[in-house]
Amino acid sequence: MLEDKDRIFQNLYNDKGTDVESSKERGDWLNTKDICLKGREWIINEIKSSELRGRGGAGFPTGLKWSFAPKEIGSRPHYLVINADESEPGTCKDRDILRFEPQKLIEGCLLASYAVNAHACYIYIRGEYYREGEKLQNSINEAYEKKIIGKNASDTGWDLDIYIHYGAGAYICGEETALLESLEGKKGQPRLKPPFPALIGLYGCPTIVNNVETIAVVPTILRKGAKWFSSLGRPKNTGTKIFCISGNVNNPCNVEEEMGVPLKELIENHAGGVVGGWENLKAVIPGGSSMPLLPKKICDTIKMDFDSLIEQKTGLGTAGIIVINKDQDIIKCMARIARFYKHESCGQCTPCREGSGWMWRMLERMALGEASREEVDMLMDVTKQIEGHTICAFGEGSAWPVQGLLRHFKKEVLKRNDFDPLINKNKNIPYLVDQHLLEK
Amino acid sequence: MSIKKISKTQPDKFEFSSQNLEIAKKIISNYPKGKQQSAVMALLYLAQRQNKNWIPLVAMKYIARLLNMSYIKVYEVATFYTMYNLSPVGKFFIQVCTTTPCMIRGAYRLVDACKKKISNKQNELSKNNICSWTEVECLGACVNAPMVQINDDYFEDLDKTDIEKIIEQILSGESPKPGSYKGRTCAEPKNNRKTLVNLKNA
Repeated sequence: MLEDKDRIFQNLYNDKGTDVESSKERGDWLNTKDICLKGREWIINEIKSSELRGRGGAGFPTGLKWSFAPKEIGSRPHYLVINADESEPGTCKDRDILRFEPQKLIEGCLLASYAVNAHACYIYIRGEYYREGEKLQNSINEAYEKKIIGKNASDTGWDLDIYIHYGAGAYICGEETALLESLEGKKGQPRLKPPFPALIGLYGCPTIVNNVETIAVVPTILRKGAKWFSSLGRPKNTGTKIFCISGNVNNPCNVEEEMGVPLKELIENHAGGVVGGWENLKAVIPGGSSMPLLPKKICDTIKMDFDSLIEQKTGLGTAGIIVINKDQDIIKCMARIARFYKHESCGQCTPCREGSGWMWRMLERMALGEASREEVDMLMDVTKQIEGHTICAFGEGSAWPVQGLLRHFKKEVLKRNDFDPLINKNKNIPYLVDQHLLEK
Repeated sequence: MSIKKISKTQPDKFEFSSQNLEIAKKIISNYPKGKQQSAVMALLYLAQRQNKNWIPLVAMKYIARLLNMSYIKVYEVATFYTMYNLSPVGKFFIQVCTTTPCMIRGAYRLVDACKKKISNKQNELSKNNICSWTEVECLGACVNAPMVQINDDYFEDLDKTDIEKIIEQILSGESPKPGSYKGRTCAEPKNNRKTLVNLKNA
């Protein structure tokens, strides 16, 4: 288990205050000026050598992303955008950072803005987090009063303004280009990449988009050193991570642990074990709903980091762990996730807009045992039609969980849906739109 | 994509109150000059708060004029995002999260309670016209599942008796207490904390 002194988010459980003074006691804002004086190159190199990977889901190396921003400000201003549109089912880590560690985020904004030459920083918070946004706004106001942000922030000679922008309940705005569209006051529909936001982003200007957790760990890394950070976890998967453990566990919780911690340890030690005991475990979704699930056999030994999970054809994603035990109907669980994606598809690309609805309707029928044998393969085919045929990666996100189900639980799906094709049956299937086709 | 019904009865006039107009100007000033369109989401939300939790079409036209953008662009935004209510909802608007992490911890028991106590169908007002409910997708408090959002506040770690009590309070005109109903202040493991223990005891 990670030692307490190595935990970055000391106030994860709100034992201490969130104001600037008590944050200083935890080490925030202590030598911000000295860090900035070491220069942009140093900051970016330090983040690069810490091997910090983005905490928002894709796991892109943060230092590398920052280095894509133009070195000098040209005719267009630079922007830093913080993605706090946390909507992935199973994930609620950013909420706790916004509520309990706002100063870490604000200081991270200053250091990151300085490194990428941005004078304005927008924090895009999902609209439902209204209270969290209020709290963050209070913390920002306090930071302005203490002159640690604003004009000549923290005496560094750098001007930084931080603004909050609320979303309005669209999962797709967690995708970085959709988020930028939304920030510009449009529908949140993703843009084609390239051009990447680092060159052409918000208002057509160079923009760096980072997740809340990524930015909030930056000050601690720069303070304690890249060596310390990269000594935790394993190469390319360094540092600590907040894991959200939800579902059928005795004590659902958020906990900060070292990367590469065994999944079993997380569940047994921190979350009080699976309801009904480890043997009652059916499957675990390791990284938020868009990551394929893992059956119990793999859960026994799997380590929670980016590369170990990719080896099992899934991913760490946002580290939102959803535990599903044998009391649940796994097909129904996946059908509900498919409904989520059907609801949240932005409608821009046909494969995702239509395919997500297909997957949902087919899975609902499969949960009831009303699908025919052939349809199980047809469902797999639908997922393949979506994957790789959409503008943004969220199309894949809707197909992967269904693929995961079919990869590991195909036998179970087939057992329940093992009859001849629909057209031969005289059965009233309410989900079939063209009922009249069955009439003789 | 959200499918929202536009209300058939629409008011003829909408204007920001002078206080909200000040707030609107402040919001517009958050964005670079000429990029006032960025404020549209915030202004729509402000209009919704001013107009009993829903946005009439005149408000969209008003905001379009205020931000110097076309009405259709505002309409596009208002119909794209799920948090904008385009027809009247109750003064207390209960949103029950039923996505998988909540579902497997019993979110549909909360839905049943809403059906029983408020109205059989979603988005239908209760008998005394004070509250309505709807099923929504993940609200991002999965560790505190099952949960509901009532207006701005989260109500977490609920079970059937908790939600029934909350609804009864609302129906009788009281405001229930937000937060966890299992005595948690945050997302800590209840009675099983193994980390940052020194801080807790300090």
